[in-house]
Order: sequence, then structure tokens, then C-alpha cells
Amino acid sequence: MIEINHVNKWYGPSFQVLKDCTTSVAKGEVVVVCGPSGSGKSTLIKCVNALEPIQGGDITLDGVKVNDPKTDLPKLRSRVGMVFQHFELFPHLRIIDNLRLAQEKVLGRKAEDATAKGMKLLERVGLKDHAKKFPAELSGGQQQRVAIARALAMDPIAMLFDEPTSALDPEMISEVLDVMVDLAREGMTMMVVTHEMGFANKVADRVIFMDRGEIVEDAKKADFFGTPRSDRAQKFLSKILQH
Amino acid sequence: MNYNWNWHIFLEPNPMGTGTYLDLLLSGLVVTVKVSVLAWIIALVSGSVIGVLRTLPSRTASWIGFCWVEFFRNMPLLVQLFLWFFVLPELLPRSAGLWLKQLPNAPFWTAAIGVGFFMSARVAVQLQAGITSLPRGQKQASTALGLTTVQTYRYVLLPMAFRIILPPLTSEFLNTIKNSAVAITIGLIELTGQARSMQEFSFQVFEAFTAATVLYLLLNFVVVTAMRFLERYVAIPGYITGK
Repeated sequence: MIEINHVNKWYGPSFQVLKDCTTSVAKGEVVVVCGPSGSGKSTLIKCVNALEPIQGGDITLDGVKVNDPKTDLPKLRSRVGMVFQHFELFPHLRIIDNLRLAQEKVLGRKAEDATAKGMKLLERVGLKDHAKKFPAELSGGQQQRVAIARALAMDPIAMLFDEPTSALDPEMISEVLDVMVDLAREGMTMMVVTHEMGFANKVADRVIFMDRGEIVEDAKKADFFGTPRSDRAQKFLSKILQH
Repeated sequence: MNYNWNWHIFLEPNPMGTGTYLDLLLSGLVVTVKVSVLAWIIALVSGSVIGVLRTLPSRTASWIGFCWVEFFRNMPLLVQLFLWFFVLPELLPRSAGLWLKQLPNAPFWTAAIGVGFFMSARVAVQLQAGITSLPRGQKQASTALGLTTVQTYRYVLLPMAFRIILPPLTSEFLNTIKNSAVAITIGLIELTGQARSMQEFSFQVFEAFTAATVLYLLLNFVVVTAMRFLERYVAIPGYITGK
């Protein structure tokens, strides 16, 4: 589904954020990307739907080359859902209108169809009663669930999560993770940047560990948590699993 | 000081045969309103386009925006009006210049366009500030949903940016009204112009300019009140600037 081949990316002339990254995500697979801050994991996931351009290598998504100037990027992006650290709901639109906007403007769905689809998804994330509210009237956890519903409304073939729980209060993290676990169990293809090792342990098929722009470890979940090959990954794990 | 106050002068007929002196001032007020509203529309439309250009990643676009803003904000308004009114017709080919000079109401149109462009530089800078003050994730979220750049600006960025800059835009609207008085130098008889002709005909200089002052204050009060209502109307429940 997602193929990342020898991807290199620089910020400016000298700072290399991604160094020869190669990995893939198969259909229905859940891959967790972890690593210390500044390791390039968020950048990598943003390259998948071309929010960030790459300078070397290539990325294909469901057979379509992402870094090809001839690719219809808006169309490609509409097929991949993305969830951000800071939710990024559109503050001037009511919850239901946040879910309708791209359905109508990008997919050309009729208003009543988009509304029906939106309401169904809000019900699924447990927020049907909040449809008429504005984002600022919801808690962080609720906003993030709306953001997931907004991405799902486009019927994506895969979902990208960029640290979806990092900006949340601890007590709100589980309500978001619950939604993500359900999604994973239904067979959604997911690439998740997160520090939630509990989530990784529960639903991930594979774990990718990044450090300084390199993919240091790319292993099946059991292998990663059991015996990480690299020192760096071992240290990282022992630090975050210590408590 | 030997001055004969005469507040009844406003009810005396003016020498133009167009009613009383008050009618004279009110006809000036109407011109001020017309030229200011037209200038403000020009400023808003062209300023918005330029402001958006300045936020685009394209080098050419931001260079055009830069040139426009620096050209119109770095010259005194008075000089700009002289340029449009006296110099431009001479620079054009003879026939075009002649046509321009013979336009009916030339001072009115020149003032509207001149003040409009002068103010557009200020609107552009305000809007640029409004757009760049939005979280970067807003544009990314909208792009990730598949919206094009135009749609992103139209449905996501501009509705928020304009809400944020509404208070400074009110000041710019007031500035437009006040700046329209400069148009007497190219022969537009607006409120300040009529106050001066009243002074010349009647020698009641204090009464004439007191009345002009009160009329300007009333006009600006109407604008401030209307903008307050607009601010309240577009405020977003729960959002920080939307108290």
C-alpha cells in the first residue's frame, strides 16, 4: 500500500532530516513509528502524502508515485486520511461542517449525503450530540476524535497519525486510543507516529524506530519489544518503559 | 479676537442656489461617503489579493506582493494623488491622456482609486499578518484532506484570518474616510472642500469647520458601531478572539 524507497530529505542546503529511509506498509497493516524528538518520524509520515517534499528516492501510494510532478496531489491526498498532533479542526465551522467540507468540495458529494455520512461517523466516535457545536467548545480528546471522523469521512484507503495523543491530557488519551484500536482491528491500513508503547503493543504489526533521520530498526512487534537489535533502540525502550 | 459667531448661518441660503449652507455641507458629506466607500472596496479587494500573494510559497507571487506594498505605502498619499491626476495623463500616449483628462468626474474616480490603492497596501499587510498568525497545521490539515490551494484559502484560511484582523480593519476603514479629505487638492469638493467653500462665501470659518468636524465624527461613529456588530455577528462560540 505505502512504499518508501531510499528517501532523502534536506532542510536547507546542509541539514539532512531523512537519510535513505526505506520501508513499506502493506494493506491492512498497522505500523507504529517511534523514536526521540527530532528523529524525523513526523517528517517521514508527512512525506507520504506530500505535505513535505522529498529530494531523493521515491514514495508510492497504492501504486501511484507521490513525488511525480504529474500526480494529481489533491486527489491522492483525499484518499489518505491524516490526523495531526494539534487536531487542526477548522475553528469557524461547526463539527458537522468540519466533516462536510472536504466531502463536498473535494469528492463532490451532495450536502445531505455528506451530512448523513458525517453523522454516522460522529456516532461511531461517540460525539453525535456535539454535531452543532464549534471545535473550541469541545475538549481536546473530543476534538481529536472529531479529527479522526473527519479523515474517515473521505473513505480513506489508509490513515496516517502524527502523534495523535501528544497534545492531550493523560485522561483523554485513552478515548482517542480506543477509537484507533477499533480502526486497527477493522483492518484499516495505518501508519502511526506515537510514543504510546501500550498502543503499539496492543495493535501494531510492526514497529519502526528512527534516530537522527535514519530508520534504525524495522521489526515485527514481538521482535522489537523482545530483543531490539540496535543499542539505540534498546536504550530508548528501557527509558520509556522504565516507569 | 473680533469674531461674529453666527450659528444660524447653516439655515441661510448658500450663494450656489442649492439650498442652505447645511445642504452644502451635507452634499459634501455625500461625496465623502461615496468616495470613501468606493476607495474602501478597492482597498479591500486589491489588498486581499496582494495579502494572499505575500503568503504563497511562490517566489514570483511574494515578489509581486512585496513590490505593490512598498510602492503604495512608501509615498505620501498627496504625492500619489498628484501622480495619478497630473502626471499619469502626460505619460500616456496623447490620445489616451486626453481621454483621461476629459473623463467626467475625474477627481472623484482618481481619488477613489488613489486612496483605494494607498490603503490596499495597509490591508495587504494586515491580511498577511492574519494568515501567518494561523497555526501552520491548518493549511496542512486542509491540504491533507485534498483541498486545492484556492479552496484552502477560500474555506479555511481566509475566514479565520479576516475574523482575526477585523479590529485593525475597522481602523483602516476610518483612515480611508479621513484620507479622502486629501482629494480636495485635486479638486474634489467633498466634506472638507464644502466646509472651505462655506468659509469663503460666508466668512464663518469656525462654524463651517465645527460642522465638518461633527459630521466626520458622526460618520466614523456609524462605521465603528457597524463594525462592532459585524465582529459580534461573526464571532465563534468558545474561540478566544470571539468573546
